Amino acid sequence: MTDATVNITTASFRPGTSDAEIEAAAARAAAHRRRTVTFWRLGILIAFLSLWEIAGRMAWIDPFFYAMPSTIAGRLYEWITEGTSEGPLWYHLYVTMEESVLGFVTGSIAGIVIGVALGRNRMAADIFSVYIKVINSIPRVVLAPIFIMILGLGLASKVALAFVMVFFVVFHNAFQGVREADRAMIANARILGASDWQLTRSVIVPSAMSWIFASLHVSFGFAIIGAIVGEFVGSRFGIGLLINVAKGSFDAAGMYAAIVIVMVVALGAEYLMTLVESRLAKWRPQPLHETQ
Amino acid sequence: MAVERPAPAIELINVSRRFLSPTGKSLTALRDFTMTVERGEFVAVVGPTGCGKSTTLNLVTGLASPSAGEVRVMGAPVKGIDPRIGFVFQTDALFPWRTVIENVMAGPLFRGKSKPQAEASARDWLARVGLARFEQHYPHQLSGGMRKRVALAQTFINGPEILLMDEPFSALDVQTRVLMHEELLRLWSEAKASVVFVTHDLEEAIALADKVYVLTAGPATVKSVYSIDLPRPRVVADIRYEQSFIDYSRTIWADLKEEVETSYARAAA
Repeated sequence: MTDATVNITTASFRPGTSDAEIEAAAARAAAHRRRTVTFWRLGILIAFLSLWEIAGRMAWIDPFFYAMPSTIAGRLYEWITEGTSEGPLWYHLYVTMEESVLGFVTGSIAGIVIGVALGRNRMAADIFSVYIKVINSIPRVVLAPIFIMILGLGLASKVALAFVMVFFVVFHNAFQGVREADRAMIANARILGASDWQLTRSVIVPSAMSWIFASLHVSFGFAIIGAIVGEFVGSRFGIGLLINVAKGSFDAAGMYAAIVIVMVVALGAEYLMTLVESRLAKWRPQPLHETQ
Repeated sequence: MAVERPAPAIELINVSRRFLSPTGKSLTALRDFTMTVERGEFVAVVGPTGCGKSTTLNLVTGLASPSAGEVRVMGAPVKGIDPRIGFVFQTDALFPWRTVIENVMAGPLFRGKSKPQAEASARDWLARVGLARFEQHYPHQLSGGMRKRVALAQTFINGPEILLMDEPFSALDVQTRVLMHEELLRLWSEAKASVVFVTHDLEEAIALADKVYVLTAGPATVKSVYSIDLPRPRVVADIRYEQSFIDYSRTIWADLKEEVETSYARAAA
């Protein structure tokens, strides 16, 4: 048997198949792939904007309704440098963000707390689930006029609307996350000596965290929707108000400009959320081929 | 009582356990089940898959209660989860968001030890299972065998007097499994705990245990009990080639085979 042993360390590679060469080839392929992706992403954006611009200039579509990328960019520049007809852009943005962030934070905290509480208590869940279903079936935006009537034109009504937009999404995921917590893990913790509260805090909540985070990703967008819809219905400041004013004066470019601003903000928030999540989820396995 | 003798570690006396199926039907998992585990004894329970072996363990932990009969631990009836019991699960029950050392520290921290105390004793246990270098790793970064070692350390750190194991090594490859057997016997001989080891692997049962319980196809009840008089300390890797081991295997397998066939025929029907 021993004479059949092959000395592997001296085995020679065919040309072009050494570790270094294979790694270099893989790195080149990955870089090429990234460049291709970036190229097409930019290309599609440029093509879309150019087509829009040309269509407007050639009067294929009516720029009065559809505006053009150039007029939108012009309006944005004007808002940034000179302010809007309703005052400085930054103040409006600040107001909308304040409403969204407050609604998001309170809504997600309430959603997590109540979701975990009901997820842990089957009896309470059975009793309240019917009410939650009923309330959840209300399209949230119809609450806007009610909140404005009760809470006035200021901050509170928008925060309330953002809150209800966020609450149900986070609640559902927290509840589901708690229900999906691994049974063996729970049994293990209890036998290791965990009390009910320790079990909730150090097993149930962490294991529901990936569910909760999935909902937090989308729910900041919902908070912005809540704030802006509230502003449509009645407000003195905010991006929603700018859209409303632009609509009143048939200023298509102004409406699109406001949309662009909201888009940028929402993307920024999403990016921040991903950063936080990847910090918190460092225990999760990374895919092997990640070449960043 | 004439002679004062310490009560056995575990007694199941004529225990039955019924479940309600999702459709509301009553299913019997255990019927008139009687078993005694003396202090410091290593008992293995074998039976066809799905016969109710794991149910016996859940009754001892207090996670489930018997529908009829009595379960006693250290002479007293089971009320809730007993802190003297440790449990090693078949599936991975480690907390994936905690590092290895944080996983091992969980028990002492749950039981009110201070953080430095828990950390010191977790370090000690990790060294004993040969994972000192992996303190700061997360479970997903370890191999299956290493995760099982963490699970053993996590259980043994609480100093259990009774150790319940539910097919703990069934997911491991054969080589790793033999290493884990050695590891377990070493830890057990130091800890002097009473063990109930549920498995469907007869050779594993014979190699480890003092006594092997053979269960019938579900609803499970005890079919026969075999004492395994192989000398200790045992070397699990070599013991399977000894004649007495082979004899035990042959005898018990003849017994178990009927039940396996019954259970298989039922599943196929």
